[in-house]
Amino acid sequence: MRAMTTRRMALVGNEAVALAWKQIRPHVVAAYPITPSTQIMERFSQYVADGEVDTEFLPVESEHSALSACVGAAAAGARVLTATSSQGLALMHEVLYVTSGLRLPIVMNVGTRALSAPINIHGDHSDVMGSRDAGWIQVFARSVQEAYDRTILAVRVAERARLPVMVCLDGFLLTHSLELVEVYPDEAVQAFLGEGPRDGYSLLSEEPITVGPLALPDSYMEFRRALAEAHLRALRILEEETQAFNAHFGRSLPALVEPFEMEDAEAAFVLLGAYADVVEEAVQRWRERGRRFGMVRLVAFRPFPVEELQKALGHLSEVVVLERADTLSGQGGPLGIEVRAALYGLPRHPQVTDVIFGLGGRELRDAELDAFLEAGPRGGVVYLGVREEGDVSQST
Amino acid sequence: MAVRWQALDRGPVIPGGSSVAYRTGEWRQNRPELDLHRCVHCLFCWLYCPDSAVLVRDGQVVGIDYDHCKGCGICAAVCPPKAGAIRMVPEGEP
Repeated sequence: MRAMTTRRMALVGNEAVALAWKQIRPHVVAAYPITPSTQIMERFSQYVADGEVDTEFLPVESEHSALSACVGAAAAGARVLTATSSQGLALMHEVLYVTSGLRLPIVMNVGTRALSAPINIHGDHSDVMGSRDAGWIQVFARSVQEAYDRTILAVRVAERARLPVMVCLDGFLLTHSLELVEVYPDEAVQAFLGEGPRDGYSLLSEEPITVGPLALPDSYMEFRRALAEAHLRALRILEEETQAFNAHFGRSLPALVEPFEMEDAEAAFVLLGAYADVVEEAVQRWRERGRRFGMVRLVAFRPFPVEELQKALGHLSEVVVLERADTLSGQGGPLGIEVRAALYGLPRHPQVTDVIFGLGGRELRDAELDAFLEAGPRGGVVYLGVREEGDVSQST
Repeated sequence: MAVRWQALDRGPVIPGGSSVAYRTGEWRQNRPELDLHRCVHCLFCWLYCPDSAVLVRDGQVVGIDYDHCKGCGICAAVCPPKAGAIRMVPEGEP
């Protein structure tokens, strides 16, 4: 691939996503603003008002309406984007299932955030984990650059897999963090994406069609089985399209999982999203102390890369899952439960400890993680950084 | 519909107009009997019928589409009392 002339721009995550949207040139955007992803809509509506992009921009009255409008536009064959967070994603919930069930390639950026109550505007993964079974592909960025890259990449993944894609960026840690981003020329983005949905149906076609008819017990299950298969197939589509993205833009994005210091690791952290930087430092810190830790960051939570995780983790003695959501089942968060389930299929498997941290934007402190590791993980579920009786270390 | 799941990868999309082939009239318990000698062709029944089952030609009521009439009785209820052109009759009775 010839060298591409990129620009370096200082952007916060939301601005980088809005810029990606402008370069994608979607036919339709319907959105409703909510912290911490508000700036995506704010910035993009400015692009529309300034005539920098000719998108049909629909500032609707709720998130339920936003995704519903997106569904209608996508069923007409349009390339469609939206964004939301937290309560907004919760309000979209029923339409999430409609989107995937109708196999519509909508791309949505989620600035991930805690759910009420108590009300909290800060980051964790409770909102997107509440949507994990809704039939959407879910990928997580670790940096502003990745949020920008994966938004562009997601359009091709969605249109080829005929599945909607959530591109998740940690609320505030990425949505509001300033980073130097390599920005590609508009033409390069357009060349990568091509015309628009290539393989879908359209309400605008000459032949009239019915989209989403009643499917009773004699056919509903066949549609759901087909959707499950589409998700399994999406693993390979993610790999191939990420490869194509890397070749086109000269990058080296991981497709499904990203290993760090795993060649000789005895134990590994597993996580999603922006805490990867903090945890990589912990890996290095503990390696200096003689403990061979590594890290496996999951890029894709849906589809769930079972084989890749088995290969990366199966031979270890110790796995520590670090996650920002809970299932309240006493068995840990969604990530821990699914990592355990993936490893259970192996003849022998590592001890898995599920660490729940960072809910509602609470920071993970090095000293807390180190104290936990010094005590030695013992499996089960651990809440890290929670103030206990008599403990004033986390008072704010 | 006897379709295997492998054939459904494009999602639930079918040719348009499928409700024409779906005979909802089979659900009916009471059927509207129309007396065209009493009908004043006010078209209230045509306007109110939720299933578009009142057949009209050249502005005149000509009959009922029994393949799609569900027997709700709205047509009989809105028929002007002085005309009284529609009465509901239990299915199975003449």
